[in-house]
Amino acid sequence: MKEIRFHGRGGQGAVTAAEMIAIAAYEDGRYSQAFPAFGVERRGAPVMAFARIADDPIRIRSQIYEPDYVVVQDVTLLDVVDVASGLKGTGKIIINTDRQPSALNLNTKAEVVAIDATKIAMETLGRPIVNTTMLGAFCGSTGEIKLESLNKALMTKFSGELANKNLLAIKTAFERVSK
Amino acid sequence: MMKVIEGSHAVAHAVMCCRPDVISAYPITPQTHIVEHLSQLVADGKLNTEFLTVDSEFSALSSLVGASVVGARCYSSTTSQGLALMWEVLYNSSGLRLPLVMTVANRALGAPLNIWNDQQDSVGARDSGWIQLYAENVQEAVDMTPQAYKIAEDPDILLPVMVCMDGFILTHVYEPVYLLEQDKVDSYLPPYRPAVVLDTANPKTFGAFVDPSKFTEYRYMQWDAQIRAKQKIVDAALDFQKIFGRYYGGLIDTYHAEDAEIMIVTMGSVIGTIRDCIDSMRAEGIKVGLTKIRSYRPFPAEALQKALKDASVIAVIEKDTTVGNQSALLTDLKAALYNSKLRMPVLGFTAGLGGRDITVTDIRKMVEISSRAKDGVAESDYQFLDLKKELL
Amino acid sequence: MKLTIGAVVEPGSTMVTKTGAWRTFAPVVDHKKCIKCSLCEIYCPEACIHQVEGLFVPDLDYCKGCGICSHECPRKAITMILEEK
Repeated sequence: MKEIRFHGRGGQGAVTAAEMIAIAAYEDGRYSQAFPAFGVERRGAPVMAFARIADDPIRIRSQIYEPDYVVVQDVTLLDVVDVASGLKGTGKIIINTDRQPSALNLNTKAEVVAIDATKIAMETLGRPIVNTTMLGAFCGSTGEIKLESLNKALMTKFSGELANKNLLAIKTAFERVSK
Repeated sequence: MMKVIEGSHAVAHAVMCCRPDVISAYPITPQTHIVEHLSQLVADGKLNTEFLTVDSEFSALSSLVGASVVGARCYSSTTSQGLALMWEVLYNSSGLRLPLVMTVANRALGAPLNIWNDQQDSVGARDSGWIQLYAENVQEAVDMTPQAYKIAEDPDILLPVMVCMDGFILTHVYEPVYLLEQDKVDSYLPPYRPAVVLDTANPKTFGAFVDPSKFTEYRYMQWDAQIRAKQKIVDAALDFQKIFGRYYGGLIDTYHAEDAEIMIVTMGSVIGTIRDCIDSMRAEGIKVGLTKIRSYRPFPAEALQKALKDASVIAVIEKDTTVGNQSALLTDLKAALYNSKLRMPVLGFTAGLGGRDITVTDIRKMVEISSRAKDGVAESDYQFLDLKKELL
Repeated sequence: MKLTIGAVVEPGSTMVTKTGAWRTFAPVVDHKKCIKCSLCEIYCPEACIHQVEGLFVPDLDYCKGCGICSHECPRKAITMILEEK
């Protein structure tokens, strides 16, 4: 089982991102689960969401304390939240930032993937909503979900021109982080 | 068809497939997504029902009493303070023997104000005459919905049913769920055709005044109907399995129970986490098993006596407490065992109140304490498992 | 911290949480256009716009960037600017 924790701010779509990973993993023929860190949702407030992917049905319902992957949608969260908390040393943390990974001074042995998702989102969507861009980066850097499955998942949430723009955002981020 | 869907939306879809004539609900976290989605299904023309938007939970349930007596199949959903506001109508609807179905998205009761999950709300309504079923996961909450109507509307039963699902943990989770197929639900659940309805052409009095000469007998009839509902709950689950192929046990279910020395008894969504814990502890040679309560009311005393007879120690974990005594499931279970020959230690653990996460570590701690009790070490027979003593 | 009976606590917890960190857009006031009608102060849901030496100034420690002040200003004296972080 792979466990993923999302850090974002209310309104940035962290919960939707977790849901799309669950849908994409299911498209890949695996089992999945996604849920928010339940709170009093307020735009801008730090929020968390969780996702699990496994080959067998997922029964556990507790929150995720030792994630394999962490996705950070907003680099300003680094000042207020210990985003690398419990992250496995073998895992990855994917951060939306224009800085170099080494400049972030994260307390983790895990690989740090830096991507300027805000820039990609502004170029493709024209808005600083980075959740789909970060999913593209997650997909490209971890290989846990197939790109076509992620695209399918996106189409369950968006349609028309907005969907096309988001597909481009995913593709751009995917290619940026893929080696 | 299986798809990854939010728990609330899956339940709303299940409600739609049961073809309710009247839905009345007042939004309250974490129930909101259920009725919001039902409202959307009505707006989209997919659900043909009278959708009542009311001023309070009291009105939500009261309006269903009126709709039910004219023969409508009715649905509502609520939680926490909303359920508390329904209190008077809970007793009236069950006393009137109305087969309402209501999803309770379990949440803590204030004060202190708290919107998160525990089961204090529905557990507190255990004596109201409503049948109470508790779901382990979204699929079971979905599948319990037509089962609830089947049980409630049985002419031999005629009692309202609460389908209890843990708020947020199940209502807000996305996971793969088999959505109900309309044709299968139609073959499982026939239309509701009550023998007696409120009808101006054939007048009857509903809610009549009953004096001491007959009140006891009416209460007894209600009590007896719940006891008889035990078999109907088992039958409803088996009939459901025949059509849909899914089965979760009748009144109870068990997991690794055969040779379990330490038996965990609980209900609701924590069971999933416990199943994972049992697998890992079994791999370490710890003989631990699970007995899951599906029907809390009627209380499955006989089934529990049978399931627990070979255990050396019983650990009850539940998301409620009875202030002034021990917790609810614990005391119910001990009452069920007292006049049997079973005399193993029964330990009670309250955990997960007001949304506190129940973790693998918590479950292991409970099993360790229970294991010591099994070996004769005196342990407190009731405790708050995840209490932060440093805050007191 | 020890808990108190009935969760009776000291007031003013919202002063402790600097909700300004939640902001994406920040209000910038053009004081030359401002006619001091005080509608921004009245409408601000965070109650974080106050008169400082006669000028209406948002307290950016608490402003969540909702933009209601900008929307309500009859002289369009308040502009919401994307903040660099």
